[in-house]
Amino acid sequence: MHDMSKKITALSKTTKNREASTVIEVDDIGFSYDLGKTETLKGISMEIPKNQVTALIGPSGCGKSTLLRCLNRMNDLIDTAKITRGAIRILGQDIHAAEVDAIELRKQVGMVFQKYNPFPKSIYDNVAYGLRIQGVKKKSILDEAVERSLRNAALWDEAKDRLKDSALGLSGGQQQRLCIARTIAVRPKVILMDEPCSALDPIATAKVEELMLELRKEFTIVIVTHSMQQASRISDRTAFFYLGELVEYASTSHIFTSPSVKQTEDYISGRFG
Amino acid sequence: MNASENPFESKRNWTKLREKLGVGSFGIATYFILFCAALIFGQIAYKGLPTFFKSEAPYVNTEFFTSNPEILRVWHDAEGNKFSMPDKKFDVWRRDNPDAVILDPHALNYSAGGIAGPLIGTALLVLFCMIIALSIGISAAIYLSEYCGKGRIMSMIRLSILNLAGVPSIVFALFGWGIFCHAAPAIVDHVDERSLFAFSIGSNYLSFQGWGTSLLAGSCTLAIMVLPVIITACEESLRAVPKGFREASFALGSSQWQTIRKAVLPYALPGILTATVLGITRVAGETAPIMLTATSTDKTDMPMQALQNEGVWAFFTQSVQALPFHIYTLAKLPDDPLSKPMQNGATFAFLLLVMGFAFVSILLRNRVRKKLKW
Ligand SMILES: Nc1ncnc2c1ncn2[C@@H]1O[C@H](COP(=O)(O)OP(=O)(O)O)[C@@H](O)[C@H]1O
Ligand SMILES: [Mg+2]
Repeated sequence: MHDMSKKITALSKTTKNREASTVIEVDDIGFSYDLGKTETLKGISMEIPKNQVTALIGPSGCGKSTLLRCLNRMNDLIDTAKITRGAIRILGQDIHAAEVDAIELRKQVGMVFQKYNPFPKSIYDNVAYGLRIQGVKKKSILDEAVERSLRNAALWDEAKDRLKDSALGLSGGQQQRLCIARTIAVRPKVILMDEPCSALDPIATAKVEELMLELRKEFTIVIVTHSMQQASRISDRTAFFYLGELVEYASTSHIFTSPSVKQTEDYISGRFG
Repeated sequence: MNASENPFESKRNWTKLREKLGVGSFGIATYFILFCAALIFGQIAYKGLPTFFKSEAPYVNTEFFTSNPEILRVWHDAEGNKFSMPDKKFDVWRRDNPDAVILDPHALNYSAGGIAGPLIGTALLVLFCMIIALSIGISAAIYLSEYCGKGRIMSMIRLSILNLAGVPSIVFALFGWGIFCHAAPAIVDHVDERSLFAFSIGSNYLSFQGWGTSLLAGSCTLAIMVLPVIITACEESLRAVPKGFREASFALGSSQWQTIRKAVLPYALPGILTATVLGITRVAGETAPIMLTATSTDKTDMPMQALQNEGVWAFFTQSVQALPFHIYTLAKLPDDPLSKPMQNGATFAFLLLVMGFAFVSILLRNRVRKKLKW
């Protein structure tokens, strides 16, 4: 366990200072769950760079998940949800524009949930789900995509002999990595993760963290986490939220060593939250 | 340490007593119901079973299951020997024995032959009713649980559906009689006098003259009657599917329909099958709706004959016999010991049929459940 976290820290150091172009631009976004009566997000602006891990931290209820779910328009599923102001641009495109199809958006912006939720299908069918939805039927293409995704999610060695078995026979950590494999099988540009390790034990958590550092080479990752250690271990940039507002957003090393705002310092030193 | 110092010594004995009494009375209530059910079932089986068998080989009374109800002819000869014989057999026998003395001849309706017609009729009614009810019911449930919002109008619609489930079946029967038997549109060669309204399409007419007393009208009436139960139960089982499956599916870029098809419906299936069981057991036993819309007592040929001779439309618009109605007819026969075997046999066969439907659905549900666990 200890070795693992050392390794993760070492891994994250090596790629800390890479060139970064912006993938997601959040521009003064306001969001309401009740048609604008109260704002849950109160004008948030941030730019999320490509091929990096960006961590969203803050006390629970401050709107981290809400912001994350704005990024792939999952909040569309809630009748009374409403964007009250601002815009979100992903790859330069305003995602709320009329000509944007939320379904196409979600193929590019995948999501991994807090509670691992594989379908009660076989491991293979879980990973192939997204591609089959898109109409891919050819077995050779599916086989290849399943293998590559499972390898990407560091699950291939454990799963290759039981691809036809139910996904629910896997351990919790394996199930969450399967969910990650399922997400990357459709080759999104961005992966959103909402507290992906909160239901996992420390060893499974370390594996998923290691995986994220691997994955950022190919994908842009935004992760919500309640664990500050986790944010400091794996993220390149960290955003601290409080009551629906973005308090501070900077490189992770800056946030954790010399935060500019008093509130941030209080939070990361554990004085509130 | 002696016993009196036991810190866990049980003290408040009246609490225990009350608990025992409570559990005891729940137990008694349960066993009482079981006892009643066993008594009723045992009685029906005991009386009905003899009709299923006969004394000579092959011992099973196949005629009972393969032939239609017949008149039983009863008489006695000069010596006072009693005779009884099904109608058709009697004709043959009479031709061969034209001189036999027949005293005090009388006929007992429906007391010979079998229940093939009613059995098949009920099976067809239940089958088509469930096909109609499930296809409309599942669609409506999907719309209610997945597509429409939660507004006041929608909750009123839900409440109305729930209330419809409690409407007496005779009301549905009259509704079905009015709509399906007398007003539903049909494509016909020539317009019947009773038609409400008709216009020509090509060489035929589309006439709102109803389908008459028919299999189709009966199935539709029964379907309308079980729809509330089916919709409510299906909606509940759709809602019970974990939210995580939907979210995961949407997050992978599925449309709403793809999500419902692939990530919701399959996992609601056990619940839907349970609703089907409930629906079938209710529908199979209903008498009032089919009495008004589907059955006729003078029907003698088997339903399949119409299909062979006159085609699909004739098949669906023919009247059928039905087992619950047949039992009702049998129950009203004049009291005669010779009528008893048919009465008891039909009742027992009906019980078995309904239990068989339910049993198959439960088996199906358990198989689906085993395949889908989460
Ligand atoms: N579906 C919802 N409907 C209404 N309010 C919600 C919903 N989801 C979250 N909220 C509210 O929005 C606020 C922010 O929630 P959330 O984004 O989940 O916080 P976090 O992820 O930071 O813990 C909370 O006050 C929560 O109660
Ligand atoms: Mg959250």
